[in-house]
Amino acid sequence: MTPAPVLALRKVTKTFGAVRALVDVDLAVHPGEVLAVVGDNGAGKSTVVKILAGVLGPDTGTLELDGNVVTFPTPGAARAAGVTAVFQDLALCDNLDVVENIFLGHELRERGRRSGALLDEVEMERRAWELLGELAVRLPSVRVPVGTLSGGQRQAVAILRALHGEPRVVLLDEPTSALGVAQTAEVLTLVERLRDRGLGVVLVSHSMADVHAVADRIAVLRLGRHATTFDARTTSYEDLLAAVTGARVPGPTAGPPRRVSHEADARSSATGGER
Amino acid sequence: MSGLDLSRLRDLAGRRAAGGLAALAVVWIVLGVATPRFLSADNLVNVTQQSAVTGMLTLGVVLVMLIGHLDISVGAVSGLGSATVAVAVVQHGLPEVVAILLAVLTGVVLGLAYGLLSTRLGLPGFVLTLAGLLVALGLQLQVLGRTGAVNLPFETGLVRFAQQAYVATPVALGVGAFVVVVVGFLGAHERRRRDRAGLAGDSWVRIGTRTGLLAALLLGGTLYLSTARGVGWMFVLFLVVVMVVDVCLRRTSWGRHVRAIGGSVESARRAGLGVDRTIISVYVLCSSLAAFGGVLAAGRLAAANQGTGGAELSLTAIAAALIGGASLYGGRGSAWSAVLGVAVVQSISTGLAMLGAEASVRYLILGVVLVVAVAIDASGKREGGRGRA
Repeated sequence: MTPAPVLALRKVTKTFGAVRALVDVDLAVHPGEVLAVVGDNGAGKSTVVKILAGVLGPDTGTLELDGNVVTFPTPGAARAAGVTAVFQDLALCDNLDVVENIFLGHELRERGRRSGALLDEVEMERRAWELLGELAVRLPSVRVPVGTLSGGQRQAVAILRALHGEPRVVLLDEPTSALGVAQTAEVLTLVERLRDRGLGVVLVSHSMADVHAVADRIAVLRLGRHATTFDARTTSYEDLLAAVTGARVPGPTAGPPRRVSHEADARSSATGGER
Repeated sequence: MSGLDLSRLRDLAGRRAAGGLAALAVVWIVLGVATPRFLSADNLVNVTQQSAVTGMLTLGVVLVMLIGHLDISVGAVSGLGSATVAVAVVQHGLPEVVAILLAVLTGVVLGLAYGLLSTRLGLPGFVLTLAGLLVALGLQLQVLGRTGAVNLPFETGLVRFAQQAYVATPVALGVGAFVVVVVGFLGAHERRRRDRAGLAGDSWVRIGTRTGLLAALLLGGTLYLSTARGVGWMFVLFLVVVMVVDVCLRRTSWGRHVRAIGGSVESARRAGLGVDRTIISVYVLCSSLAAFGGVLAAGRLAAANQGTGGAELSLTAIAAALIGGASLYGGRGSAWSAVLGVAVVQSISTGLAMLGAEASVRYLILGVVLVVAVAIDASGKREGGRGRA
């Protein structure tokens, strides 16, 4: 990668009591790149996102933004620095419509004389459509409560909302875990559009198939350690799976077989996988 | 940008309101058949005036329900407001304006206490306002003193306002016409702005129909009521307050945040909204409206006694809010829910009283109506919840 990373973890360690969630992890995401972070349950994926988003602080090690050491004491600090996260629960208000959710907390006011306190619904709606158009997100209407939208559409709304304040890095925590096939494809397309806009995207996922489809580089975490980083174009699905399960990577003696995901199981048995 | 049909949204948002309107129509038809005098102008004037009092309380309850809380003390707070204003005027000789402000201030203080206890200690609104109900009742009895009742002289401005102040017909028609023109103009203005922005807007037919219906309702209603005493100023005041609250809810950040909190407190907090501040403001507004409703009640009864307000009034206001389309689950309802709901409840009460039904029957029927409203609310919750995954 030629450009410098926009956001990086350097030798980050995080423990919760006796549990070592992360040990000496190095990760870097570049502008216009999708970095996938994969791993089995308990590999430390969520901890990585939380540290990048300012929800947790690292015990040792540092965060770097454009090569400078930074700290994110709060999620607000991370957002102010241009790093924004969409967590699994999406944090949408189901009773509000799409426009209301996208602009929640950043409502636009009318600029007219005398009416400065009133919201400018027309402008907000226009900008919402504009954003939807740029990212090719299809919605039936921007004036329906988001509770009536499909899971994929809700995910898209949450991502659009995260784009407020022109972030440079977007963290997506398991964006497709609850979605069907078609909706997953839609969300992955959206992820590609984010990359095309020059954003750094960190995609945390269980699903090897998703990751393989959309990521530029794939970082594999195993038992809190950064096992390896693959170039997605040159890595086979089986290599990836092996790295996640630890089958080919030197490490602790292989324990009982681990479930990765339904897709992965299906694929590995179909191709006569390692297990 | 899109030629989308907005009617689907209207269906979702408007279904509850339509249900309330249907309920009102049914109630009026049934009562009109049972006792034709119910639909007489004279009686409808009574209904509107009485609605103004209960409506203030209902409006407060709607606001609290919008954030997903519940205030069951509005009746007691209104009783305290009644007692405060009456005692201040009659026993302490304070100017009426000062007495009214004092009464509203008791509501502000109580609402502030609710808001702070709710946000700082996380106490549930139901229990909090149950305690508040007892406190307000105790204060009411203390304020009234040993006599337990205070009569307001008929020449008091408040009593004259609540009992005898009716809008002169030409003025009422003029104001009604003005409102219609303004609403029509705003509708057209909005449409033009949306056109310019390339957004789908209401069709001109729709805007025209809406404005026409409003004109028929306002002007027709005014003309009909004018065959009796006319439109009471107190009712006009209630409608103005509802309109102001409606604009605040729909077109200000505060209103947006109120609804967001009702939808999901956690999401609202993570969106960086001032959740605690907003919750406190809603409690303050609710209790203030309740206390002010008490002031109007004192004017209408020309008295305040130990029985003014009370638990029944709280329950009536809550029932009215639900019937009007506010939701116990938070985040749904509008200021107009208060008008619709209170019209239904007040019509039933008045109509049954005219039929000579006893209080027991009235309670039974209101209870059944309330269950229906809550059942509809619960089914709406299922529909409005998480969509298909």
